[in-house]
Amino acid sequence: MNADTKGVLKTTISRSSRVSIIAMVLSLVLMLVLAWAPYWAGRAEMRLLGELFLYLSLASLWNLMAGYAGLVSVGQQAYVGLGGYLLFALTMFGGLHPVAAVLLAGVFSAFLSLPVAILIFRLHGAYFAIGTWVIAEMFRLSFAQVQSLGGGSGTSLPIGVVKSLAASRSGRESLSYWLALGAVVFTLGFVFFFMRSKKGLALTAIRDSEAGAAELGINIWRSKLEVYVYTSAITGVIGGLIFLQKLRISPDAAFSVSDWTAFVIFIVVIGGIGTLEGPIIGTLLFFILRESMADLGTTYLMILGLVAIVIMLKAPQGIWGLIRQKFDIELFPLSYFVHQKDASTQKSSGA
Amino acid sequence: MPDALLLAQKLDAFYGDFQALFGVNISVDAGEVLAIIGANGAGKSTLLRSLAGLIKNDSNQVVFKGQSIGDKRADTIARLGIALVPEGRQLFPSLSVEENLKLGAKVGRRGYWTLTSVYELFPILNERRNTAPTALSGGQQQMVAIARALMSNPEVILFDEISLGLAPVIINDIYNAFPTIIEQGVTAVIVEQDISRALSVASRVYCLQKGSVKLEGLTREKTRDAITAAYFGVAV
Amino acid sequence: MEWLGVVVQGVLLGGLYALFATGLSLMFGVMRLVNIAHGDLIVLGAYIALSTVAILDVHPVIAMVLVVPIMGFVGYALQRTLLNRTLGADILPPLLVTFGLSVILQNALLEIYSADPQKLSAGPMETASVSFGSLSVGVFPLLTFVSAIVLIGLLQWVFYHTSLGREFRAVSDNQEIAQLMGINKAHVFGVAMALAFAVTAIAGILFGVRTSFDPSIGGGRLLLAFEAVIIGGLGNLWGTLAGGIILGVAQTVGGQINPGWQQLAGHIAFLFVLAIKPTGLFPRVAH
Ligand SMILES: Nc1ncnc2c1ncn2[C@@H]1O[C@H](COP(=O)(O)OP(=O)(O)O)[C@@H](O)[C@H]1O
Ligand SMILES: [Mg+2]
Repeated sequence: MNADTKGVLKTTISRSSRVSIIAMVLSLVLMLVLAWAPYWAGRAEMRLLGELFLYLSLASLWNLMAGYAGLVSVGQQAYVGLGGYLLFALTMFGGLHPVAAVLLAGVFSAFLSLPVAILIFRLHGAYFAIGTWVIAEMFRLSFAQVQSLGGGSGTSLPIGVVKSLAASRSGRESLSYWLALGAVVFTLGFVFFFMRSKKGLALTAIRDSEAGAAELGINIWRSKLEVYVYTSAITGVIGGLIFLQKLRISPDAAFSVSDWTAFVIFIVVIGGIGTLEGPIIGTLLFFILRESMADLGTTYLMILGLVAIVIMLKAPQGIWGLIRQKFDIELFPLSYFVHQKDASTQKSSGA
Repeated sequence: MPDALLLAQKLDAFYGDFQALFGVNISVDAGEVLAIIGANGAGKSTLLRSLAGLIKNDSNQVVFKGQSIGDKRADTIARLGIALVPEGRQLFPSLSVEENLKLGAKVGRRGYWTLTSVYELFPILNERRNTAPTALSGGQQQMVAIARALMSNPEVILFDEISLGLAPVIINDIYNAFPTIIEQGVTAVIVEQDISRALSVASRVYCLQKGSVKLEGLTREKTRDAITAAYFGVAV
Repeated sequence: MEWLGVVVQGVLLGGLYALFATGLSLMFGVMRLVNIAHGDLIVLGAYIALSTVAILDVHPVIAMVLVVPIMGFVGYALQRTLLNRTLGADILPPLLVTFGLSVILQNALLEIYSADPQKLSAGPMETASVSFGSLSVGVFPLLTFVSAIVLIGLLQWVFYHTSLGREFRAVSDNQEIAQLMGINKAHVFGVAMALAFAVTAIAGILFGVRTSFDPSIGGGRLLLAFEAVIIGGLGNLWGTLAGGIILGVAQTVGGQINPGWQQLAGHIAFLFVLAIKPTGLFPRVAH
């Protein structure tokens, strides 16, 4: 009792700060508002939002790989396309409900990503990156050979399958929107909790120093493998959802490096690589740019490329990095904060 | 009093946020042999790397022949006539011994040192001219590193721990070449952890400790004890 | 006999792939730069040649005399102004900057030349063939193959028998110490890039004569170049030639079995080598 009243500072360590608690509350509110969108938003807005959610998911996943696990891939379109094609194959030939097919596509993607990883993990750094692209290209060429899925020119989702989702068109659109919203909430939650888990800590250690992490007994290869398999699985699900929105698939669209990798990379780089907030900001910015400059066509893409280069050279930590540097805040805290409270009573403070 | 050939003035050096040198003042006169001693981590290599331009500083923190060179690139400084024999020898493994030497001459300064004269200085290198440096013994590798620096016919040559990791007999062989090198009118700065070795050839000495100069003077005037004290950081 | 023809065609095709790969290999060898835009640069070379041929009304092979130095200059300028800033311990900047470059190049070409496929016409040379016994071999593929051997031989000579080559190897070994030798590494990297671009221009022109091209096909050429480099072993130009040949033969043999398998067969060959020998078939041994 005496010791307690000696004016000792009580230190608590936590990850939350006031800003982060406010951010959490706001995100919950935002989520509810967004979940209500079918009742307040028009069809075009809902479609755009759905697409935005799926891009945000892809960006967070790519960020988890490149920004946290050091696995820079330019071949994630492999799993987007795979998920899309599995949706079509499982519903058309397996008679599965589309939602079940999308989930199963994730499981399939995980299983396929394992042998793929074992092979391409033999390549390092930039060579790993191009290796992932080779894999995506092989997937594209293989699906182009499947005549029952339309070969090189692709196919549309049969009416029966589309109808099985919901009878009315607006019902389908709402469901498709909610699936996208669910996917992005799940993905962001997954990345957040993964990074806060022991595994996330191990990844951070690896990112800081591979040698140091190895000394701590962390199995680097295994840690990276896990990240690769998890992200591939979720990317497969997202791919399924993307093509559930589009209702049509072709090898070139499914395995497009510019749609599913270039844009995603630009989003992450512009927003801020290696942060949870970066992809969110990047996605918003990407859609604002796209919607306002879509008429520019190729010029828009050149500008996008240029912006990415400038950011990489001048502010490699991206927009969120700049904000964080200025204000020292973290909306979704991965770091620990140290709080100091004067635990003593007023009386003893004079001692 | 003649102007110093090479000067470090209030030299600070950083590795990222870490400061390795704190306001170091050093002057090197033309033609002298100067020793810089200090314990491991004192900042000796950092000092030499700053002088050679591998670490960028403010322009006037390093002055060579009256010219401020602190912010110049290493290749520019090499052409001006400062050569560094780096710690750990650092030969190019993809180049044969002779190619390593030829690269040393790339600076394009003419003078006494040519392939012929360095082979004369270290005859063993002539025998092994077509070998890969990785196949040489430590002492032979050190000879290549020294010869490579000489090939640029520098005015100042900076030696960073050339005896590190070598057997005493080999160190003798290398130090035996010193008089010939000095005879050509070159100014030498020698960094050594081995105090007596450094003092045997140098006329003046600086002691570095934790990034600052703790002692300087003529070697014959300083007692062994004073130097040892400065070296180990005991109050003198 | 039919199969012999297929294999020979594959070998000759491999010469073209080796030319694709040589520039990439050079960049990596000297400055550890992996250039995602490499395929688009091959295509750029073909397009510059297309314009040169159209404006000056010359044969594509003559156009080389102009296109190669132009590309070399572009390479030097690009390295000095942009790419040198990306080099360092972190692999992301070079990767992402060249990725951005790739997107810019592709869309710029699209803007200027449209998406319509184009082809460089080399006249009767394209269809001419020579016979070895019952085996008939196209003159142009043969010429391409010979160019690959000559160029690789030349680069090999530059690397191992000239003072420029010494500087290349020195900066590749240790940039810092190379600077102590009076080497301006920014300049040496620029020169290496100029060389790489020059070779890439030749590859682009030979490619544009052989097949039609459009702005979107750079990615596929990058993958072929990359596979040839990995199969052959990093840092070994003759190995890269072997890598190109293996890819070419796998493609022609695969295509002979089923036309749809042609490209797939090349990728499978690559994965096969990666599985059995991840360092490539002929990794450079440090000497
Ligand atoms: N590349 C580096 N990065 C960070 N710190 C360094 C680096 N090189 C040296 N240091 C630090 O700078 C200080 C001086 O090092 P150095 O000049 O190598 O000392 P010396 O040569 O006297 O042994 C040491 O504390 C060392 O840890
Ligand atoms: Mg040292």
